[in-house]
Amino acid sequence: MTRILAGNGWTLGLVGLLALLLVATKIIQPDFGVSGLDSVARSALPFALATVGMAIVVIAGGIDLSIAAMMAVASVTGALLMDGASDGQAALVVVLVLALGLAMGAINGALIVLTRVPDIVVTLAMLFVWQGVALLILNAPGGGAAPWLRALIVGGVTLPGVPPALTQWLPKGVVFLAICVALVWVPIRRSKLGLMFYAIGSDPLAAFRSGVPVGRTRIAAYAICGLFAALGGLSVTMSTGIGEPIPGPYLLASVAAVVLGGVVLGGGRGGIVGPILAVFVLRLVRLDLTLLSVDPNVAAIIEGSIMVAVVMLGAVLATRGRRT
Amino acid sequence: MSMIADEPTTLGRIGRLMVDNPLIPLVILLCALIGVLAILNPAILSVFWVSNTIKIAIPLAMLAACQTLTMLTGGIDLSAGTVATITAFVAATLAPIIGAPAAIAIALSCAVLVGLLNGFGVAIARVHPLIMTLGTALIVYGCLLVYQRFVIATGVQIPNVLVWLGTGRSFGLPNSLIVFVPFAILIIWAQRRTGFGRLLYAIGSNEAAARLSGVRVWQVQFALYALSSVIAGLTGLLYLGQIKTASLSLAIPLDLPSVAAAVVGGTSIFGGRGGYGGTIIGALILTVLTTMLTLMQIPEGGRRILFGLIILLVTALYIRLTDRN
Repeated sequence: MTRILAGNGWTLGLVGLLALLLVATKIIQPDFGVSGLDSVARSALPFALATVGMAIVVIAGGIDLSIAAMMAVASVTGALLMDGASDGQAALVVVLVLALGLAMGAINGALIVLTRVPDIVVTLAMLFVWQGVALLILNAPGGGAAPWLRALIVGGVTLPGVPPALTQWLPKGVVFLAICVALVWVPIRRSKLGLMFYAIGSDPLAAFRSGVPVGRTRIAAYAICGLFAALGGLSVTMSTGIGEPIPGPYLLASVAAVVLGGVVLGGGRGGIVGPILAVFVLRLVRLDLTLLSVDPNVAAIIEGSIMVAVVMLGAVLATRGRRT
Repeated sequence: MSMIADEPTTLGRIGRLMVDNPLIPLVILLCALIGVLAILNPAILSVFWVSNTIKIAIPLAMLAACQTLTMLTGGIDLSAGTVATITAFVAATLAPIIGAPAAIAIALSCAVLVGLLNGFGVAIARVHPLIMTLGTALIVYGCLLVYQRFVIATGVQIPNVLVWLGTGRSFGLPNSLIVFVPFAILIIWAQRRTGFGRLLYAIGSNEAAARLSGVRVWQVQFALYALSSVIAGLTGLLYLGQIKTASLSLAIPLDLPSVAAAVVGGTSIFGGRGGYGGTIIGALILTVLTTMLTLMQIPEGGRRILFGLIILLVTALYIRLTDRN
């Protein structure tokens, strides 16, 4: 029992922080309840999905700066194709967009492996390329989303046969996130591929000598990151009903959440739960600032400063870790 | 290592030549682009067009100086465009209240402040420069939005000196050359002949070796990022005179081309190789290329894709040619 506690100390700390922030929110705004929780979950959803993608790449020893731009491509593609489409067609579009995400991520990974240019440079260049692609697809925010997709993430959970009062408090956004992670990441984590991600992240040379196909594994990590970016982009379209060609502030937010979530920049250590909790912590801080009627621009400055401070702390910790 | 085995191929020899003297292929490329432009639209080539191209290329080349200097150490400064914008905006909005000289001084001190923040993050906290400068750009832009609310009532006045520098012409050449030529000479002299310049190359080639030979890397980086922000601030002032409106996104679109100009100009993004001479040609190439894309009516999205691909292609090419991993 104590070993489990010690091993997950960081995650437990985040859970505590999250609970503290929820209590603080309740004190600031006594009306905060089911609908408030629902809107937090919905606004956090794109951030959380981007963070999961980023966390996987960071665990595998890389970084993907193009994540926000890939989300924009997924968002506009989905919105453009879904505009005026029937429910069945919309489902097809979702599958298509997810495949597109996988392909974009795989292109990023393949370019890194084939050109031998460092990941940070390749994904910086691809950041501009995907931005351009998003702008070519849709020049201004527009398009549409199928109503059933919106219903997937808005409101509380209702199960047939169970009284609504029991499940109503749980936002659908959280459930959607949990299902996405459970369907994609959990099987990978349990399989050989997940182990290989950690292996190439902690020591590519040792992994190579133990027979891990380093190049292919790296491409797979970037492809999965692209898949989560596509999910994140779709969730933007789902919650707003339109496609947004200008990338949101997801890049820095996801790096900050990954670091705050206990994944070491440089790879090999950390999990997925910590970063997701960190996303909700950062979102709740934002909400509390809004509820305290702080000017939204000032809130953005505070939020940005927190993120930069977190990343700085992470870098200091990573340097310490290398020295010892 | 082995003298006999390394029989250089023709391609390898050309590659070697390109890496050693990046200016030769760059000038050839520039001439080729101008040639294509002349075929596309023969009426465009004139003395006026040349002076106009130089005028447009100068702010880009100055902003690319930030990237060149930081790239020499293996870093990058993605906050340069934002710093240029805030400097221009603060100078233009404060000028009607406290006069132009004081406004420019305050605006430049804002730039220094951002540079010190970048320097702190990169040199002391050891955050990757790319993430650090991206983060400060975000914070600073937020500050700009808040600041803009307070000065919305006061008018905007662009100091006459800046307008004269930015848009004026003497003897058919843009006045901004008066600033740019000494600036370029200073930068090239500093990187080649001063101790600071050599330290930049030393850190970029091998940071550990530089540290072991007694270089205080953090001090150099601190000074470098502060300097980079000052250059960005000066660019913002010059650009303000050229554009003649103080907008909230003045120089931010120049961020990506400035990186591209430095990379195209032969400065290695991994540090240790390159120089400002190539960057100037790189900025001219990009300006001509932009004119060409506008002539061919390529939309903004296509331009971004092209610039991203250029960065990737040139970097990959340099890696291939120098076999450096």
